[in-house]
Formats: sequence, C-alpha cells, structure tokens
Amino acid sequence: MHPALMEVLARHGTDRSDLIPILQDAQAAIGYLPKDVMADIARHLNVPEAAVFGVASFYAQFYFEAQGKHRVRVCRGTACHVRGSAQVRRLIESKLKVKEGQTTPDLLFTYETVACVGCCALSPVMMVDDKYFGRLTPEQADAVIDDYMRQARAEEPNGTTALGR
Amino acid sequence: MERLRSAADLAALKARIRQQPRRRLTTLCLCDTGCRALGSVPVREALLKEFAARPELAATLRFQRTGCHGFCEAGPLLAVRPQGILYVRVKAEDVPEIVQATLKGEVVDRLLYVDPATKQPVRLERDVPFYRNQTRLVFRHCGQVDPESIEDYLALDGYEGLAKALAEMTPDQVIAEVTASGLRGRGGAGFPTGRKWQLCRASAGDTKYLICNADEGDPGAFMDRGVCEGDPHAILEGMLVGAYAIGCNHGYIYCRAEYPIAIQHLTTAIADAEALGLLGDNILGSHFSFHLKIKQGAGAFVCGEETALIASIEGRRGMPRTRPPFPAQAGLFGKPTNINNVETFACVPPIITQGASHFASMGTERSKGTKIFALAGKVKNTGLVEIPMGATLRQIVFDIGGGIPKDRQFKAAQMGGPSGGCVPAQYLDLPIDYDSLQEVGAIMGSGGLIVVDEDTCMVELARYFLDFVQSESCGKCVPCRVGTRRMLEILTRITKGQGKEGDVDLLEEIGRTVKVGSLCGLGQTAPNPVLSTIRYFRNEYEAHVRDKRCPARVCRDLVTYRIDPEKCIACGKCKKACPAEAVEGERKVKHRILQDKCVRCGACFEACPVDAVLVA
Repeated sequence: MHPALMEVLARHGTDRSDLIPILQDAQAAIGYLPKDVMADIARHLNVPEAAVFGVASFYAQFYFEAQGKHRVRVCRGTACHVRGSAQVRRLIESKLKVKEGQTTPDLLFTYETVACVGCCALSPVMMVDDKYFGRLTPEQADAVIDDYMRQARAEEPNGTTALGR
Repeated sequence: MERLRSAADLAALKARIRQQPRRRLTTLCLCDTGCRALGSVPVREALLKEFAARPELAATLRFQRTGCHGFCEAGPLLAVRPQGILYVRVKAEDVPEIVQATLKGEVVDRLLYVDPATKQPVRLERDVPFYRNQTRLVFRHCGQVDPESIEDYLALDGYEGLAKALAEMTPDQVIAEVTASGLRGRGGAGFPTGRKWQLCRASAGDTKYLICNADEGDPGAFMDRGVCEGDPHAILEGMLVGAYAIGCNHGYIYCRAEYPIAIQHLTTAIADAEALGLLGDNILGSHFSFHLKIKQGAGAFVCGEETALIASIEGRRGMPRTRPPFPAQAGLFGKPTNINNVETFACVPPIITQGASHFASMGTERSKGTKIFALAGKVKNTGLVEIPMGATLRQIVFDIGGGIPKDRQFKAAQMGGPSGGCVPAQYLDLPIDYDSLQEVGAIMGSGGLIVVDEDTCMVELARYFLDFVQSESCGKCVPCRVGTRRMLEILTRITKGQGKEGDVDLLEEIGRTVKVGSLCGLGQTAPNPVLSTIRYFRNEYEAHVRDKRCPARVCRDLVTYRIDPEKCIACGKCKKACPAEAVEGERKVKHRILQDKCVRCGACFEACPVDAVLVA
C-alpha cells in the first residue's frame, strides 16, 4: 500500500460516509488517485471497487492522472464570460499548448476552467493554485504564466540563476 | 477560556470582553478575504510590519483583519473604526501614511472614494452611495469583526439569540417566532423557514440532522461565501437555534471545496465555540446538545440540491432522488433532516434577539427581511449588496451599483443564475421579491444578479447557461440529460449562424418538457434562461436565425471586422496585434483586414488607438 495512503486511512473511520473525505485526503497526499489506491480504499471501507471509482468519477475534484505542479484555473462564470474570459482562455491554451483538463508535458501546469470561483466582481478571474488574479487582460495572464515559468527555471538545480550559488 | 455553564456565564464573559482596553482603540479594518484577489495580502503584511516596527502604536491603534465589506469594485478596502472612514484601492505603500494620518486624527483624502456624481471625495463609509442605500442585517458584522475571533463576535450581539432561545423560549416558541418573522429560504425556492422546521420537528424519531447548505454553486452568486468568510459564528448561532427548535443533536455544514477561506474560518469558529461550550454537550448548562462537522463538497453543482447533498454526505454519487419521502421525513442516513442555506441561518439570530416584528417590518407582504444580491457584470459598483425585499432593480443597479460603465444602455439583469431568467429594462421599477420575480419569468434564486448591457448577446448568454447546466446535469433522468443537450446543440448552431427556421419554437417546446419532466430543481429550472430570453428578446434569436446577424456583435461567427480607411492612421498597431496575419498594409499605408484569414478575435479592435476598426 502507498505509505501516504496508510497515514490517510489511519486518520479516518471505515464508514461509507468517510469515503469522500478519504478520497480528498488521499489525493491531497498523493496528488491524484491511482487505480491501486482506490482499490485499497475499497478494501478499507469494505465496499466494491466500483463504488469507490463511481464516486471518484462523479465529482469534478478527483483526478486519475498525475497533475501539473501549478493548477491554472480560468473562470468561465457569467460575469467573467461577459467581461472577456474567453480571450484569457484562448491565450492560455495557445501559450501552454494544452486543452482544458490537460497537463503540460513538463508537469509544470495543469489547465482547467471552472464554472465560477465566486469573486465575480473581479472578473475576468484566473487562479493559479490558491492565488487569484482579477480584472485580467490576456496580456496580464501572459505575464502571470511567464512569472511561474521563470520561477520554475530558477528552482531547477541546473537552472541558470541557480548556477552562481 | 473556560466552558460557559449558563446564560449568566455568557453574559459575564461578554461584559469582560467589552471591557477589554483594545475595544476602545481606533481600529484599522482590512478586508482580508475577497480583497485578496485585489492585493490585500501585501497591505496586511505592510500593516503588520508597521505595527511591529512601532510598538508605541499599540496604545492608540490596532489592526484587524475582517471579512468582506461588500464593495468589491473598490478593493482592497480598509475602514477606520469607530470613525467609519473608508479607504479604497489601498496599496501596501499607503499604509504608513494611513497610520500617521489616523494617529493625528486626519484623513488621507487621496484614498477616499470619489462620488462620480458630485466628483467629491466621500469621507465616511455610510455616505458612499454604494452603502448609503443598503440595509445591512445579515452583513451587519461583516467588515467589523475578525472572522476568526469568537471574542469579536461576543463583543457585539454574538450568541445572545442562542442564550435567549435556550433560557426563555420553548422550541415551539422559537418556531413560532421564526414563522412570524416571515423568513423564507434564501437558497432560492423561498419555502417558509418556520414551516420547514415545524415539519422536521413533527417527524417521528430520536435522531434528527440539521444541515447548512454552503455549496453555493450558481455562477454569479457569492454572498454565502461572504457570510461564511466574514461572519462564520452567525451561521453557527443560527444553526444552534434551529437545532434547538427542531430537536437535532448533530449537524453538518456542507461547504464547497472551492471556498478554502470559508472552510478555514468555519473550522476555527467551530473549534472556538466548542472550547467555550457553545457547541457540544449541555450547551450553556441546558439539556440541549449539538455537535457540528464540516463536510467538503467535491465539485458537483447538483449537490446544492438537497437530496443530492445528502447522498454526497453519505459518501455516494451526488444524485438527487425522487421525493417523497422528503428529507424532513427521511433524509441523511434515513433520519429526519432539515436543510437550510447559509443566508437563511444567518437571518435567525437577529430574528430571535430583535424579535420577529423587526424582521417582518422590512420587505413586502409575502417576502420579509433583507436579501443579499451579488451584483456583477456590466455595472460600475460590483459587490455584495443587501437590501430590504421589495426594493427595485433600478435602486440596485443605479443607486447602489452606480449604473452601467461607459454610459451604455441597461439591457437586462440575469437573476437567479442558471436556474433564473432575465429581467428586461421595462421592469426596472418592479419591487423585487420572490413572487414578483416569478411572475416576470425570473427567480430570486440564490441572489445572483448579473447586469448585461447592449453589448451582451442574449442568445449567447442563454447558450452559456445551458452549457453550464448541461455539463452539470448528473444524468439520472432523461429530460434533463437529453433535453439540455439537445437545447445546447440548437443554441450552439444558432450562435454559429447555422440556425434553422423553427429552431426557436423547438427550443421552447423542449424547454417546457424539461421543466415539467425533470426530477430535481436543476432540470426543472435549467431551461429558464433560454425561455426568458426568448420571451423578451425573441427578435435577437430571429436576427441570428434569419439574418445570420448578431445584433450585439458578440457571436464570433456572425461578425466581421473591417477598417475604416477614413479613420485609419496606418500606425501598424492592429497588424502587430493580429495573431492570424490577417491585417494588410504597413506604416503609412492604410490597413485592411483580409476576411479569409481573419479569426475574429477582436485583437485589432482592442489595439486600434483611433477606433478605426469597425465591427458589424
């Protein structure tokens, strides 16, 4: 069993109502829900694997594949929609060369759209991980992504900025 | 802090807290929730640094992080209390100046809100037009208290409603009071709260559950988020009163995972209330016990529907089921269950402390109290707005919202999110309540209010909502699963210029079928945005279908961009902006758009400094 999963299961009971919290914590610890992890959760709760997969696949929050280091979420809520979120989305899609739900091959970004992040007054809004970027133009979105790319290069052990240290 | 064992203990603690010297200090209240998206974090850090560097400040001033002040458009917001001075669009570098001015009893004029009507800076929050026309009842603490401090809540009227209910009222009297207040469910349907509680109270069974629905999923609505983040104890207190009245010992707050700050503040609130004995066994020395847990949603819009929400808490796929049995008879784990929305619970403490008659003195005959609207879209002052029921759309959009940017025309307000409908300009003076909105084809819903102007295409707006509900449909019942998909296909082809004669009638026919045939509220209301836009803007649909024209010039496949040679100054900016190399010409040679290459992205339109790019 995945060692992180063992820790997660130790924190939870074996009631069916523990399933979604377990899935949430397992994903937080591992990054996504691999098949064998879901099978182990099914054994822990004594429910069929299909029940676990059925629940996991119902909710948008759960992933079955490895995700990027940064999650870029562009809001397509009503307010963002009327204030031009489509242009922001087109910019991100062409810049990262990904479609909705996909992860860049370097595992740096996963790109998603969300129905509404709940700060419509700041539309159009994009989130990178837990940070909000409001009143965006495509140019600003471009600069935000560039910042994260630069930061990632700086953190690489062989990155140019790290060489001098 | 010690556990409180009686109402007298609570009163004594409240008196002690109110005596704290810091309660008399001038307080800098920074919105540190919604305003984070606008850069409140650096302001918070600058304030903390300033106070750390100048320990002498602590004698006269203090800094407090608060929840949402509501006026999102002008954030980050910082209010100086008790003076009531409001600073807007505050930046980290403004902090030393604000601190210095406050110490001297002065005001930083350049950071005040400027009233666009008078061009004069407005010193006090309550005089800003956005606030002047509001009645803040549910929001009365938001922007005043630190949401993670139970002491702040207790220093005001916090937990007085609970104490009064436990000490002076029987459960039936509590229900009678809530019934008399005329409170109706704020989640959308408007079912009378007192009657809902009565039904669950009357159900047989020892174990009953109380659930707070904080799965606010309507795109365009964020008031529940504002309350959860800004005044979480008010929700806890409302739930405690409800649990006492109904006879529930266990409760859940079902909050969507997309609201991490709300979850954090609610978690803190629950822990603090437990430590004081305001949650747990034998609350305030009574026989009433109540245990509260948070359940995080996992990203499914349909889980806002009560039977789907219950399935989700039970660890199942969040799919609605047929009713009856209603949750009041057989809900969570098969036990009688009462579900109310965040805003509904937050209305309860003032009803108990101030009495039903005070609450019922606001509003219209059949809709009492206040309602929070999330004002967004094409309006100058976006944010959260609380008004008495019965106020008009004109008051919200123009008096509070400041009207439409760039002096464009108000076209409609989309009310109630994807379950609601549009309210066109001819109803600007309609008093808004549950019933009047229903009559014009919209709904109160959760209170999302998106303003659209002449540049918004109503067909595209309807398509957008259909796209949302279609992808959020759980797929259990056929009318919703298939009907919304067929409607989306028709709307998509209309916006692409491939609409056929009869499409609009077909949309109406399918829409009516989906409404009557669907199992839950999602499907029953999903066609509303389409039906109401057809009702009021049929001509726009017909322009798309017959003339292959988008009157608002929004639908990309139906617009063309062209450069006016009279106006073009041949600066090359549009050529540089064009991603498709569709602009011909060079410096000093007037530009032209090659229609076969144009991808209709609008980049040239945005780039042109002299408005020479025409859209048709």
